[in-house]
Amino acid sequence: MSATTTQEPVAEVRPQTPWSASRSVRAKSGGTLLLSGLLAATIVLFTGAAGIDGWAVMFLGVSLLVALLRTARVGGKERRDAVMRVVITAAAVASFTPWLSIFGSVLLKGWPGIHINFFTQDMRTTVPDDFLEFGGALHAIVGSILMVTIASVITLPLGILSGVYLTEVRGRLTFLVRFVVQSMSGVPSIVAGLFIYTTWVTATESFSAFAGALALAVLMLPTVARTAEEVLKLVPEDLRAAGYALGARQWRTALMVVIPTVRSGLTTAAILGIARVIGETAPLLLTSLSNSALRFHPFDGPIASLPTYVFGYLQIGTEYAIARAWSGSLVLLVIVFILFTLARRFGGKDKR
Amino acid sequence: MTTTETPTPREVTVIFNREDRIFRGVVTGGALTSLVVLGLIGLFLFMRGAQIFGDKGIRFITGTNWTAGSGDGVIPDDFSIGAMLVGTIIVSLIALVIALPLSVGGALYLEFYAPQKVRGILVTLLDLAASIPSLIFGLWGIQVFTSFGERWAVLINDWLGWIPIFSVEFDNFGRSPFIAGCVLGSLIVPITTSVAREVYSRTPRDLVDTCYALGGSKWGAIRAVVIPYGKSGVIGGAMLGLGRALGETVAVYLLLNLVFRYNFRILESEGGNVASLIATKFGEATEYELKALVAAGFVLFLLTLVVNMTATTIVQKTTPRA
Repeated sequence: MSATTTQEPVAEVRPQTPWSASRSVRAKSGGTLLLSGLLAATIVLFTGAAGIDGWAVMFLGVSLLVALLRTARVGGKERRDAVMRVVITAAAVASFTPWLSIFGSVLLKGWPGIHINFFTQDMRTTVPDDFLEFGGALHAIVGSILMVTIASVITLPLGILSGVYLTEVRGRLTFLVRFVVQSMSGVPSIVAGLFIYTTWVTATESFSAFAGALALAVLMLPTVARTAEEVLKLVPEDLRAAGYALGARQWRTALMVVIPTVRSGLTTAAILGIARVIGETAPLLLTSLSNSALRFHPFDGPIASLPTYVFGYLQIGTEYAIARAWSGSLVLLVIVFILFTLARRFGGKDKR
Repeated sequence: MTTTETPTPREVTVIFNREDRIFRGVVTGGALTSLVVLGLIGLFLFMRGAQIFGDKGIRFITGTNWTAGSGDGVIPDDFSIGAMLVGTIIVSLIALVIALPLSVGGALYLEFYAPQKVRGILVTLLDLAASIPSLIFGLWGIQVFTSFGERWAVLINDWLGWIPIFSVEFDNFGRSPFIAGCVLGSLIVPITTSVAREVYSRTPRDLVDTCYALGGSKWGAIRAVVIPYGKSGVIGGAMLGLGRALGETVAVYLLLNLVFRYNFRILESEGGNVASLIATKFGEATEYELKALVAAGFVLFLLTLVVNMTATTIVQKTTPRA
């Protein structure tokens, strides 16, 4: 290697991306897209194919045609590539559309029922068909919070223990525990409800918030256990070794080094578990039923919850009752989204 | 020149004292709760439903009747879930047939086609969609989607009505297995898409680049490398989705007419589903009927457990844990 004598001041090198589309190419493909859309709209107008879905199908057809025409003069390989690009994009659009439609309709149809009374009143003195300015879902929100809290108190320690077993103790049953947790996450929610009904509810001869919480705990446990395992796995082995090197026993290392390291990760586990069960309806239909009055007692009689509130008013089926159901869904969805955002916030912290 | 061996760290050996053993015992106990709970679910449901299995035998799963007796013995109790089981499987299969291509396409789009900026948003959306409660899917299905679904059903019936499964007895297309299947499909798409995306993202980058270097197109690389590589993972993901669809209650409850006879015409306004049977009949069930419902729950539990365990085995095999 020869030593360079003079060093030219080098201009800052910016990474080149020769493969990315130039402006003219982008303009062209944008134009094609626009024209295809217009063409599809024209076809829809003249053939009587109906609605947004009809338009989407026509647009797909036109796009495929454009892809074929564009590659007519090049080989079959390019043609297949162009066609598959359209097909795959269409599949993505088709799978995302229902979710966007759900978000949109919950927001649009739920919003009219959201008044301050929705959060301050129960339905004790209100009939479902009263104007939306009367009555609310306070009892349902309180019931949901009560049950989810009890379920978390039961599940969280168990879930964390399960995670600690898989990452710290690593006993002989590791494979089995992991397998069972995974299989348990597939237990149908109605079966969880039925289980608690045949055990707790028949034994205490009473539907109650606690019974509902137990059913939710069954569904929540696998989520918490799995997430706890995932975050505990992120703890570097060095930290454990350091703990041992300082003379700490395994239990001290686990409790005072490993678990504090992933505190926010374990919060994520709890939040994801809550998000998993907050909207569960089926098990509550069998364990906590519903109620139109605000109640706080966990062991005494049926209690309302947001999912059963939505379910119940949807079943009543009159205009204002359905509006109440949509508003309940909106609150439920907002809660899920808040939990989701919190989980992300906490989840990002440990990874560094 | 001598090769110097890089010393590898020795496996840390810990000698457990009594405190450690207590700690390990407690943790093991906690970890085994899920095993115990799973066992108890099976045990209790079986015990409570045992009388039905004894009374009806195999006819409990093959028969179609669900008649609550008059109590005085004039009309005898007759409970069996054949029609509901078949209905459950039909609806779930429709959901799977819809969800599988969509989620494979969606996952490929996210991994290989989506522009970088859009991708992050779409992935967030996907995660969000996975946490939408199924109740809201049901609400949306009955209030928003049904009008679309009915129109599609009419179209399918017009064009393909000569195929037996697309024929109808009555011109009523609402609350059919088709519509319930479509909504269940969009409910399981987030699950299958996430698994598929996970598997596809593990495709060795080198192999894909090799494809490009050999002059392959994007689709060429996907077909030659990505899809074969992710095949069993995607199948596992699909089975996870199937397990979810088999056990779904409220969404199907809201979207399907339960009719107690075998029905293979998917556009007809009648169908069956074990989970929603339980939710429907639970409220006014007699004691004996309740036992039949618990027995039905036990069958459903076994069915989903088998599907899920298979799925878990496949997924765990194909996505080795880091």
